[in-house]
Amino acid sequence: MEETAGEKSNLAGVRHILLVLSGKGGVGKSTISTELALALRHAGKKVGILDVDLCGPSIPRMLKVQDKDVHQCDSGWVPVFVDQDKSISLMSIGFLLEKPDDAVVWRGPKKNALIKQFISDVAWGGLDFLIVDTPPGTSDEHISTVESLRPYQPLGAVLVTTPQAVSVGDVRRELTFCKKTGLRVIGIIENMSGFVCPHCSECTNIFSKGGGEELAKHAGVPFLGCVPLDPQLTQSLEEGRDFIQEFPKSSAFPALANIAQQILDGTSPQSS
Amino acid sequence: MKGVKHKILVLSGKGGVGKSTFSAQLAHGLAADDTKQVALLDIDICGPSIPKMMGLEGEQVHQSGSGWSPVYVEENLGVMSVGFLLSSPDDAVIWRGPKKNGLIKQFLRDVDWGEVDYLIVDTPPGTSDEHLSIMQYLGATHIDGAVIITTPQEVALQDVRKEINFCHKVKLPVIGVVENMSGFICPKCKNESEIFPPTTGGAEMMCKNLNVSFLGKVPLDPQIGKSCDNGQSFLSEVPESPATSSYKNIIQRIQDYCGLHQSQEK
Ligand SMILES: Nc1ncnc2c1ncn2[C@@H]1O[C@H](COP(=O)(O)OP(=O)(O)OP(=O)(O)O)[C@@H](O)[C@H]1O
Ligand SMILES: Nc1ncnc2c1ncn2[C@@H]1O[C@H](COP(=O)(O)OP(=O)(O)O)[C@@H](O)[C@H]1O
Ligand SMILES: [Mg+2]
Ligand SMILES: [Mg+2]
Ligand SMILES: [Zn+2]
Repeated sequence: MEETAGEKSNLAGVRHILLVLSGKGGVGKSTISTELALALRHAGKKVGILDVDLCGPSIPRMLKVQDKDVHQCDSGWVPVFVDQDKSISLMSIGFLLEKPDDAVVWRGPKKNALIKQFISDVAWGGLDFLIVDTPPGTSDEHISTVESLRPYQPLGAVLVTTPQAVSVGDVRRELTFCKKTGLRVIGIIENMSGFVCPHCSECTNIFSKGGGEELAKHAGVPFLGCVPLDPQLTQSLEEGRDFIQEFPKSSAFPALANIAQQILDGTSPQSS
Repeated sequence: MKGVKHKILVLSGKGGVGKSTFSAQLAHGLAADDTKQVALLDIDICGPSIPKMMGLEGEQVHQSGSGWSPVYVEENLGVMSVGFLLSSPDDAVIWRGPKKNGLIKQFLRDVDWGEVDYLIVDTPPGTSDEHLSIMQYLGATHIDGAVIITTPQEVALQDVRKEINFCHKVKLPVIGVVENMSGFICPKCKNESEIFPPTTGGAEMMCKNLNVSFLGKVPLDPQIGKSCDNGQSFLSEVPESPATSSYKNIIQRIQDYCGLHQSQEK
């Protein structure tokens, strides 16, 4: 059964799909997904987040909806709404587990089946952006996600890395994945670059600096910017708060706002 | 695997918490005793970091009469990784589960490890194909247990709890948990910042609640990242760092654990 982006499809009302990818773990994919969603919401957009990290879903906690449940409707699952205005909706395996600490010990085929269902059976309604948060790597989840989303355009990927060589090396391989699967790369973000000491303002590059920008140049893809290591950002995600609204003076804010703006500019009707 | 005395898995539900870094330091630490033979196996098929961290980038495996031979850092420290099978740093391993499982099986069956005192297995994040396969292929033999790595914040701990549940499910003993990247001392003013704050009590509290051993904390130290990028042993490059003494203490506790459990079996 080939599915096409026809009338009945649950993704028919979605205008742009953004995949957040990285070959490396823990570089901040879920963080960037969450903050982009919040920033786009503040720009008046309707945003959905699809969390395909089946073994380590982080978004429910980062948006403080970890205790919510998804419900069924005629056209499939109703995603969880994060706010009263229903401007951010979320689907994650986190909502399907009986206990939050349950391990999802699945081999590929089972993961692939759930991802296909996540892509076809969630009733998103009309969305300006669907952001897809992924686990690290270039394996089952990624192949299945890209394969099932291919009929829906425009589709593009944002790659996240931290500055050090160990991480850049993995993201280099992720770029090859994008090339091989024909996925458009919107740009690369260097996260956790530099830490400004709150006591003396000295900047230390805990995970070195510049690796993301260098990789973007080398690969000939846009560089979207550096997000510094910012304990206020970590804290705000731990508590599921709206960083974009509550911490405009923090060091990570301008960087994140700028990245969101570039994505808005790149997807506005005039430019495409 | 018959000639292998001790087997240690390094695990974490979360990515980027320092599994490979710890595996590399553990390998160096154990191999500091030249009477011990150490093997380091990297089963992170899509994101192999071990070749770079061990200073072996660009090396290839050699075929020998009895199979593949590991790449040696020192005479008593052999390493195997999918990285040694790739032809360029841009090569991506875009494989679904079954192919990854096949390679892991080959790593265990066809690599000529020789007589080994410690086999350390570095894993990718999660609880999926690679983890199930390594347990399936090693399950018939004795595994000492798993060392679990986490960072202090809840976003990481929530995944690590799942990993501990996985260990219980597959009956893999947990040697203990290491809290990595806990606190950062500013090199200029010497004040400490909690970059990844332990908002729910950190790994120590989690260990208490889940009744598993807490092995210790390793602070954030920019020198660790540098040593890893340059493929050097952090323990011998920066012996005076507080992170070095934490690593050494933790390695000692792992050795004690393995020794103790060995004598119990006899
Ligand atoms: N710029 C930053 N400053 C401070 N903390 C950050 C920053 N970016 C991410 N973090 C923190 O780092 C941790 C890891 O981030 P996150 O969970 O988003 O990574 P990930 O790439 O999704 O990881 P995984 O591969 O396990 O899914 C989180 O606790 C997050 O709050
Ligand atoms: N305590 C630490 N202080 C500073 N950097 C660290 C520390 N532990 C790990 N790192 C760095 O963090 C990055 C991620 O570690 P890595 O071992 O690759 O994680 P994983 O294998 O869990 O994905 C590496 O660049 C490593 O050098
Ligand atoms: Mg994540
Ligand atoms: Mg690793
Ligand atoms: Zn300072």
